[in-house]
Amino acid sequence: MLRRKAGKLVWGAAAAFALGGVLVGVAHAQDESIIVQSTTSTANSGLYDHLLPIFEEKTGIKVNVVAVGTGQAIKNASNGDGDVLLVHAKPAEEKFVADGFGVERFDVMYNDFIFVGPPADPAGVKDAGSVSEALEKIAGAEAPFASRGDDSGTHKKEISLWKTAGIDPTEASGSWYRETGSGMGATLNAAVGMGAYAMTDRGTWISFKNKGDYEIVLEGHDNLFNQYGVILVNPEKHPHVKAEAGQSFIDWILGDEGQDAIADYKLDGQQLFFPNAK
Amino acid sequence: MANLLPLVVRDLGYAVRDTVLLRDVNFTVKSPGVTVVMGPNGAGKSLLLRLLHGLLAPSRGSVTWGGAPPDDAVRRRQAMMAQRPVLLRRSVRANMDFVLSLREIEDRRGTCDALLERVGLLPFAARPARRLSGGEQQRLALARALAQGPEVLFMDEPASSLDPASTATIESVVRELKHAGTKVVLVTHDAAQARRLAEDVVFLHRGTLTEQASAERFFERPSSEAARQYLAGGLVI
Amino acid sequence: MQDFAQSFYLAFQLVASANPDLVEIVLLSLKVSLSAVFLSVLIGLPLGAAIGVARFPGRNAVIVLVNSLMGLPPVVVGLLVYLALSNAGPFGWMRLLYSPAAMIIAQTVLITPIVAALTREIVEQLNDEYAEYFRSLCLPRHRALAAYLWDARFNLLTVGLAGFGRAVAEVGAVIVVGGNIDHLTRVMTTAIALETSKGDLALALALGLVLMVIALSVNALVMMMRGTATRTAYA
Repeated sequence: MLRRKAGKLVWGAAAAFALGGVLVGVAHAQDESIIVQSTTSTANSGLYDHLLPIFEEKTGIKVNVVAVGTGQAIKNASNGDGDVLLVHAKPAEEKFVADGFGVERFDVMYNDFIFVGPPADPAGVKDAGSVSEALEKIAGAEAPFASRGDDSGTHKKEISLWKTAGIDPTEASGSWYRETGSGMGATLNAAVGMGAYAMTDRGTWISFKNKGDYEIVLEGHDNLFNQYGVILVNPEKHPHVKAEAGQSFIDWILGDEGQDAIADYKLDGQQLFFPNAK
Repeated sequence: MANLLPLVVRDLGYAVRDTVLLRDVNFTVKSPGVTVVMGPNGAGKSLLLRLLHGLLAPSRGSVTWGGAPPDDAVRRRQAMMAQRPVLLRRSVRANMDFVLSLREIEDRRGTCDALLERVGLLPFAARPARRLSGGEQQRLALARALAQGPEVLFMDEPASSLDPASTATIESVVRELKHAGTKVVLVTHDAAQARRLAEDVVFLHRGTLTEQASAERFFERPSSEAARQYLAGGLVI
Repeated sequence: MQDFAQSFYLAFQLVASANPDLVEIVLLSLKVSLSAVFLSVLIGLPLGAAIGVARFPGRNAVIVLVNSLMGLPPVVVGLLVYLALSNAGPFGWMRLLYSPAAMIIAQTVLITPIVAALTREIVEQLNDEYAEYFRSLCLPRHRALAAYLWDARFNLLTVGLAGFGRAVAEVGAVIVVGGNIDHLTRVMTTAIALETSKGDLALALALGLVLMVIALSVNALVMMMRGTATRTAYA
């Protein structure tokens, strides 16, 4: 009898719980808003704080940005947990579209990657004439290198650079090659903390506040450019995707107004992102 | 409602696994008044009380009140004052209200006040029950038991290690109950108290009943050796 | 060491200026965690009390299970709730992901075992003490249960606080299901994680200090209530 009573209570509570959830959910769904799955590097740079108010002002559509690693962003979007994907890992983005999860991929803008390290530059990266040479020097000196190690766009880019240099740093994983498995900021915190080199996008670096005495040790090489793409999540795959609102965001960011707004965004007087929509 | 008396105990036995704590207890109580259960430590007095009140089910034999076993219907007409009273973590008055709310009483507040007054606790009505002294706690337990309006009241050593005033209050309440026709079954160590209150005595020794007699006869001429030694102040084990 | 001084200064400045962003974040933190506490109490209290007094086969296994669930890592809870609420998951149709409701659900899942396990412990102890008296009174079961919960009320307050403490301090679950979206699902802990990832350690620490002050205030408030209740009424 007691168990029956307690059972009733629990079911009552569960019902109230579910009902409350539904109410909140309905209220939430009524807002005209879209979810953009994007990367920590863009969000941490402050770019969205600059772009979104302009877009929201114009269209009345609220844009909610979920900032995670590119790998997780693509995974979330594949699950239909987002309307627009804005990331920087071209091959993975193309696969996302090819698998039917996205409608079409467009180039939006690019920024560039840089290498940062301690001012003493123990591996002599500053003297390197190319990215591959720099990586060879780091590996040769077994100088500590902090990698994202989180399957993010930045991580994928870093791996491709090692590959080009013909080095497999994962053999040294745990010794001089240190995979933090964290976001860009956390990885930079770790790098500064242990005197390691790290590769980062310029935007994150400029806005990063815990630089210590770190300096840029490598920059400006062609293969350090970082292309961003934008994709509408396929409403045929996930019918609840707000295709119309999502598409108007994509149209806006690829159009003149959006592209100009990207070019306008400066941090410490430096332009971080270079619009290149075709 | 059928009378709860006589109380008939037949071949009563209680064991926990292989340990027999009470065996072959037979006695009958026909008259109201005070029945005192006596006996040395570990004789099974508290256990007997629980069995009589139906808090435990006997391993063997039976307990009947006016022919009925001590089920809910019977137990509702009885009250138990445990050796260490279980007071709720509430005020004195809330402890009383908790019991009174189980009955249909018109003037709950008045009944509560009268009972508290009777045991001298009215000034403490708002106090947390568990902050009362030992004697006060026993008196509250008594008032709470009376609040049930019982036809049978079990009291398990209500006056062990109490101050004289509390003991006097409790004994005077027992006398009133006796006159009002309530059956009282009282466990006590205190031979003097037993003499003052008892109509008849049940004597237990090592889980068996060695003697049931009127108080007068029991204290004058106890028939069992164990009871004789016990009354003489001997250490009976 | 400069960071510490700077953090205290920043924390003070943030609070003193009633920075609207901070106020929004703090209010959302409180709303999410207090709602989660409320729901977990609604579920965990009767559940824990029922386990505490009922005797049934497999009871020990249930107790071990509930006790172990107290140690669930928040990020695992976050993942489970994410998978359930994801549009690819069974409850995707409710469209709750990346909303405060999702965060409330995740924290509720996280702390309900704590509330249930601690309630079970407290009620079981009371049951050991009261059971025989209640049997003597022929007290109906539901009244007994109510009496246990009422008599344990001050201990249960502490249970609620324990749940609140864990909910308001965790980041792993809310960041996965909430997404740390500015002005929508950003709470104290996810904001701290974000500022840390931006390398703004002083601001992160300042937010941490504010969080601690809030936790401290809630605890002090409850203890004050408890103290007053014990002194004046106790009924």
